[in-house]
Order: sequence, then C-alpha cells, then structure tokens
Amino acid sequence: MQLREFTIERVLAGYRKQEFSPVELATAYLDVIEKQNERLGAFLQVDRDLVLAQATALDARKQEVNKLPLFGVPIAIKDNFLVKDWQATAASKILKGYKSPYTATCVEKLESAGALIIGKTNLDEFAMGSSTENSAYFPAKNPWDTSRVTGGSSGGSASAVAAALAVGSLGSDTGGSIRQPASLCGIVGLKPTYGRISRYGIIAFASSLDQVGPFGRSVQDVASLLEVISGYDRNDATSSRAIVPHYSDHLKGASLKNVRIGIAKDWLEGIDDEVRKSFDEAVKLMVKEGAKVVEISLPHSRYALSTYYIIAPCEASSNLARYDGIHSGFRADGVTDLDSVYFKSRGKGFGAEVKLRIMLGTYALSAGYYDAFYGKANEVRKLIQQDFLTAYESCDCIVMPTSPSTAFKFGEKSADPIKMYTSDICTLPVSLAGLPALSVPSGLDSQGLPIGLQFIGKHFEESHLLKVAHKYEQIRGEFPLPSGVDY
Amino acid sequence: MSLRDKYEAVIGLEVHAQLLTESKMFCGCKNAYGAPPNSQICPVCTGQPGTLPVINQFAVELGVRAALAIKAEIHQESIFARKNYFYPDLPKGYQISQYERPFCTQGKITIGLSDGSEKEIGITRIHFEEDAGKNIHKGDHTQVDLNRAGVPLIEIVSEPDMRTAEEAGQYLRTLRTLLRYANVTDGDMEKGNFRCDANISIRPRGQKEFGTKVELKNINSFKFVEKAVDYEIDRQIRATETGEAIVQQTRGWNSAKNVSEVMREKEDAHDYRYFAEPDLPPLVLSDKWIDEIKSELPELPDQKKARFESEYGLSGYDAGVLTASRDLANYYEGVAGASKDAKTSANWVMNELLGRLNAAGKDIVETPVSAKNLADLISKVQSGAISGKIAKTVFEEMFATSKTAESIIEAQGLKQISDPSALEPVVRKVMEANPGQVAGYKAGKVKLLGFFVGQVMKETKGQANPGLVNDIVKKLLDS
Repeated sequence: MQLREFTIERVLAGYRKQEFSPVELATAYLDVIEKQNERLGAFLQVDRDLVLAQATALDARKQEVNKLPLFGVPIAIKDNFLVKDWQATAASKILKGYKSPYTATCVEKLESAGALIIGKTNLDEFAMGSSTENSAYFPAKNPWDTSRVTGGSSGGSASAVAAALAVGSLGSDTGGSIRQPASLCGIVGLKPTYGRISRYGIIAFASSLDQVGPFGRSVQDVASLLEVISGYDRNDATSSRAIVPHYSDHLKGASLKNVRIGIAKDWLEGIDDEVRKSFDEAVKLMVKEGAKVVEISLPHSRYALSTYYIIAPCEASSNLARYDGIHSGFRADGVTDLDSVYFKSRGKGFGAEVKLRIMLGTYALSAGYYDAFYGKANEVRKLIQQDFLTAYESCDCIVMPTSPSTAFKFGEKSADPIKMYTSDICTLPVSLAGLPALSVPSGLDSQGLPIGLQFIGKHFEESHLLKVAHKYEQIRGEFPLPSGVDY
Repeated sequence: MSLRDKYEAVIGLEVHAQLLTESKMFCGCKNAYGAPPNSQICPVCTGQPGTLPVINQFAVELGVRAALAIKAEIHQESIFARKNYFYPDLPKGYQISQYERPFCTQGKITIGLSDGSEKEIGITRIHFEEDAGKNIHKGDHTQVDLNRAGVPLIEIVSEPDMRTAEEAGQYLRTLRTLLRYANVTDGDMEKGNFRCDANISIRPRGQKEFGTKVELKNINSFKFVEKAVDYEIDRQIRATETGEAIVQQTRGWNSAKNVSEVMREKEDAHDYRYFAEPDLPPLVLSDKWIDEIKSELPELPDQKKARFESEYGLSGYDAGVLTASRDLANYYEGVAGASKDAKTSANWVMNELLGRLNAAGKDIVETPVSAKNLADLISKVQSGAISGKIAKTVFEEMFATSKTAESIIEAQGLKQISDPSALEPVVRKVMEANPGQVAGYKAGKVKLLGFFVGQVMKETKGQANPGLVNDIVKKLLDS
C-alpha cells in the first residue's frame, strides 16, 4: 500500500478490487501519522479508537463502496471544526480538552458520504495567523522543508495532505487560510463562495468572512469533496440555497479556449520575483491553450488589508466573548470573584495574537470609534466587491499569485505582525468580496519550494472555476511530492 | 400651590414581553416556564462553539401581530444586532437584539383615565431580542440556569408621553390587554413574562426641555406600578427642591421597602459595542405575509367594545368593562348568547360575578360559575321559575359550590309558587291574623296592600310569585 499514490478515486478503486479493507487502510494511515506527526506537527489529535470504530463500521458496509462517493476515504479535519466525541480546541489553550457535543454540518455530510475522519489538524489559534506558528500547542511544519512554515491558518490540514497523511482535508478560510497554506505546501485548496458551505459547527473567527473549504492533491479531489460538503443548511441562516452541481463530473472536457482571464497589473507589485516568474509562465501556458488575457483594475483592493484587519477583529472580539471561563472550556485557578474569572481565564487561556485581535476589535467597535472604523471598513468592503463585479463584466475568471512568497522560515515574520499580515495580501480582497478562489501549484522556486497560482471566480460559479483550474493542472503536468514521502 | 403643581413629570416606558411561542428565538428548545434548571437547553442557546442562530418565524409573526395591534409602521427589512457584554447568564457574551433598524416603529395606543378622558401614547419602536438566562445565588457561589436563555422577547419602547403615575399604569395595562388580545404574550408580570422599566424625569411646568432622566427597574407587578412611579417623581421633586441635582442613573424599585434605590451610576453604563449580527441575514417581511397576519388577527379591544355596543346595545361603559380582557369578553358572550338577554347578562356579569371574583382575588378564567350555568339561572328568572330575589341567593350558592342553578333550586325547594290555589289559603291566613289592617284597608288606606303582599312573601320565604300574590290580595280584600 503506497499512501503517496492515494487520490479519492484510487482509494475507491482499491476497495472495489478488495486490495484492502477500511480497517487495513485506516491502520496504515494511523501508523504513518504516528511516525510522521512528530516531524510535521500536522495533527493535534489522532484518536486511534475513534478512527478504528469508524473503519470497522465501514467494513460491515463494504457493498456501499459503489454508492458512497467518499467510502472509507481518510479525511483530516481542522481542529476548529466540531466532530462529536472528538476534541475541538481551535489550537487554543482556552478550549483545551473541549469535547464536541455535536458534529459540524459539513463533517456530517462527509460522514454520510462514507468518509473516514482520520484526525484533527493543527492551526493558528482560532484560525488567526498565516503560518500556524500561533498554535498554542506546537507549530505545523512544511513537508517540503521542515524548517519552514506551512502557512496558515489551516497549516495542519495542508501539511497532512501534502505529506500524504490524509487523502483530503477540510480547512476554513477567513482571509486566505486555505489558499495560502495550499500554496506553500504545494497542494490544491479551495475557498468557495461565502454561503456555499454551512458554517454550523465551525468555531467562528469572523462570521461574515469565514468559509469552509477542501484541500486535495488535485482539482479533481477538491471538486469531489466540494460537492459533498456544499449546500443549504437550515442551521446556518447565511448558507445559500443555490443548487449544488456535480462539480467533479463537470471537469470532463474542460477547455481554456476563449476563456477570458483577468489580470490586475497593479496587484502584482510586491510579489517575489520567482513567484512572479512562475505566474507569468502559467499565464503563457494558458494563453497557448486559447485563453485570452484581459487587463482589469481592482483599485480598492489596496485597502483590503486595512479593511480586513478592522472587520475580522471586530467580529472576532464578539465571537470569542463566549470563552469566559464560565460556560465552556478553560477556567483559571485561584479566582475570587466574577471579574477575576474573566480576567484570569481569558488572560491565561488566549495567546498573544488572539488577544491582540480581540483588543483591536473591541476598540474599533467602541462608542465614538464605530463609524470611523467598523462603519467605514464595511463601506470600503462594498467598493472592493464592486470592483470585482465590474471586472467580471470583461473577464470570466481572475488569476493572481496566491502568496507573494514561498514558505518562509519559522520566526521570520512572527515578530512583526504587519509583515505577517502582508502574507495574505493576494487573498484578502477575495475574502472581503465573498468570491470563490482556489490555489493550484504552478511550480517550484529555486529552493525547491512550491509556488501557488490563485484562480478567482464569480459568486457561486465554482463549477467554472474548477474547470479552468483543472485544465491548467493538466497542461502544467504532474506535480511532485515532497521528498521524504516514501510511504 | 403644591409641589406637584410646580413640576411636571415626563415618563417613558420600556416593556419586555415574552412571546407565546413553542420554541426559543434562535433554536428549537422549548419556551416553557418552570422546568428544572438547564433542562431546556441545547448547543445553540448555551453558546457552544460553532453554533449559529436561526430565526423563529413564529416569533416574527407574533412581533408583527404586536405591531399591527399598536397600528405601527412595519419595516420590510430590519437588521439583527449584537449587544456585547459579559455576564454569567449570557452564554455567548452577547445578546442578539435589534438596534439601529428595528422591524417596527411609530405606533400608538389610547389609554382611558379615571376622569373619563382619553390620551394617546406614542410608541417609538418594537424590536426582537432573546432573553438571557438566570443567575441563582446560593451562599457564596452562583449557579446559572439557561432555560430562559434565548427565549423570544419583544421590547416595546414608548415615547416620553406620560405625565403621571396613573398614565404610566394605564399605558401598561392597556398595552398588556392589547397584546394578550392579539395572543402575543400571556402578559404575566409575576412570572417575568411582561417586564417594565420606566424612564422618569421632572421639569418645572411650562419648561420644554426634558430634565435629567432616571431609569427605574424592577417594576415587576401591576400592584405597584403607580406607587413606584409616584415615589420616584416625589423623590426627584424633593431632591430638586432641596437643591440636590438629579443625576443620570439606574435605580431599582424595592417593593419591600417601597423605595427606589441606586443600582448603577452613569459612569458605570456599558458600552455595548452594537454591530450588525453577521450570522443572520436582514429580516425581510413581505407585504403579502403582513397582510395574511393582519387578516388572521383576533378582534382587538377597541373593535370588540364597538361591537358590544352595537350588537348587544350596551353602554360604552359596560362594553368597556366587559372587554377589559378577552377571557371576560368571551365569558360575557357565552352568557349573553345562551340566555338571549344581553343587557340582563351584562348586569349579572358586572354586578354579581365580577364583584365576587374581585373579592376572592380570582380571574375570570377561575370563575366557579360557568357561562352556561349563569345563563341558565338568568333563563329561570325570565321564565318565572324563580324570582329575581331568590336568584341572587341561588347565585351565591352557585359561586360557593359551582353547582347548577337547577340542582340548588331543587335541593332547597326554592321554586317559585305560581299556583293561585296554593297561594289563596296563605293570603286568607294573613288577613285573619291582621284584622286591624284589613279594616284599615277597607276604610281607604289602599297603601296597606303592600303590607299584605310583604307578609305573604315572608310566609312563603320569598318563593311566591309576587305579581300573583298582588292580584290575589287585591281580589280578596276588595271582595
């Protein structure tokens, strides 16, 4: 059994040919994860018993392999998702030991499709960060170079798939938390349209921006996961009733002929040379396939960073108020009165970055500041959205690098929040506009680190977006695995 | 000139009414009073990580009914907002409410006052919100019961249109009646299902500007609304007269001591950091749906009162009394319908039944005399089966025992005697016993007729048909 060869289709074929059973496959993954996780820090929790219980149940339903699209496929789940009986810590000390009382809708859908939940993955605390260095437990490491970050915040989910410790995984993306780690780890990561997937059961960071999305080694796998987890959920009033197409079927016959690809020149400033070069080559490849390049303008996207860092912390300051030492999670010792319960529990339970953002948000929402900050930021957000809608009058999809640089070293940016925040400069405008976007590997830099190409689509047109990305993937050719993935 | 003449009070009320829904505002948990602590909770209303609110459509419908009842403007689009503050009974650390854009504004109700006048009170807005849980203090620690967390409420904010404690009390009663009629709330103040805060200030009569307002909380019984408001007005007048400045603060009514006490000063006021609830899209109310709700709205007090006047020929006063609550109005209509005598029914309900209920401290729904039984009693008087006087005795017994008029009349032999052959011997007996009066009558003192009738009634313990007795006495005396 070669885990590095596994795609969704390959796993299903293996079951059909009875090459292995769910228990055998689960055991193989558990054994490899046990060995590799120390090196990679991708998982925060892998519960052998819980995994084997699922696998045993699947063993008894073997004949359903032809009915269930994800039968026995090992999927890793970011630890800010709730999965009944599993922990959900959001990589925070304040939720240490918190056991989920229910299962997130998207994970329920995975389970109904037969997926095998293999573990809970590492992240920046409460998904706040771009490197997974903000995990309160340990950082996730990049399988391409373990002295480098995975990106974040869904670094564990990206690392797990890149290192073949899971066939696919789920992450959440608020400002780039799926796309940027996908780019840095050399895999495909999709942030769907806001509202495409239910947020019920995802520990909220910034509610108006948070969106669930899949990671996979190919666009095909990402499409297969997307069609399972998408759709309206009566438990999430912001989820969309738009119909869910069979994304994976739509990939057949994908073509770039006459596809109008929008490129915003002013957006390419500040991008590392090697990333820029890879981007230009990718565009050239697509043009060769018949794509047309259209120059577009997104003038307000230069305010995306400041807009995002007002809206997201404001919402976070409120979303994280529930961790108060009273109702769930961590309560500090030695408390004497109500205020000390709050101050000590939150003071000790939250990490530095989380506290920074809670303070930013609390300040920006305060009486006298609301209009200047939160109010204004929401106005700018509308302008950013409008820019995209205008751009889409002349193009079908937009391409951009996913991250201005490849994976950076641990500690390289963690001392300077602004420098760290700039990692998401290419993904933030898309999040503010609520648009779907995915990152596909476009090459390796001179140090052998993956570079990601970002495709941005129209609202709820993931189908088209996936087709374009799939075609690009085909013309790009096979993408390598990190060295060391020899299992 | 008294101090009350020198100053004028300005009063506005904020009422929280719990909606009569099956489930909570944003989850499927039961909205019911009195269950064991934390037995009606789920991940959503306990604020578990990852949970999201979903609007209870029926709660929205009840809110719309309330808005229709106060003839307010209903907004097609309104926004839910988060009110952020820390407290143990608030599991999410914020309350979902409506702030800048409530679903309803500019309503009004008309209140009646003791001098017979009426006054219109403006209602600024109604908005939806969820209730918090309850902290239970036990010795040195506190426990939290979240059964009430997430229970749907509407907050009804009045204009500062009231000037006296009586007006405040009448506003509160009228509003409650209206909302109970519309089946929006049970209006039970003692259970906390209808809560009132008052904003009170005073100003010298003739001054336009408002004085500094004090928020008065804990007015949780109709019994002391007026008392609490009056106390606070007096307190502010006394303070002003002695040169003490009124400071903006929140005070609580202490019903044991009959005083208002400081709860918190302005400096301690929260900054709630309101912002639009990102987990809920704007609440959209279509005209079509509002029209549907309107068409299904129960008859409201004003309409019912007008109908009672025209349909039953009642006076405005009587119709007002009988429509004070929907239960009372239903009861009255039950009696009037069965007895087919609307006016007599009104008299019985108002004079006999309500008086006794009040004395017993009971509500109309607890009446021991059913509408049907009262109607039967009235029919027996009409048919001459019993006299009006006997009927009152029977009613007293009915009220005490819940028995039917029939069974009481039967058991006590109270049936009216209308048989002349049974009454003639009694009349003769009375005449024989009073020869002097007979002589007097014959000599021309015709007024003595009443004496004989009275004596006969006494002899028959009131059971004789008085008209018949009158005829027989007259016939025998004149013969």
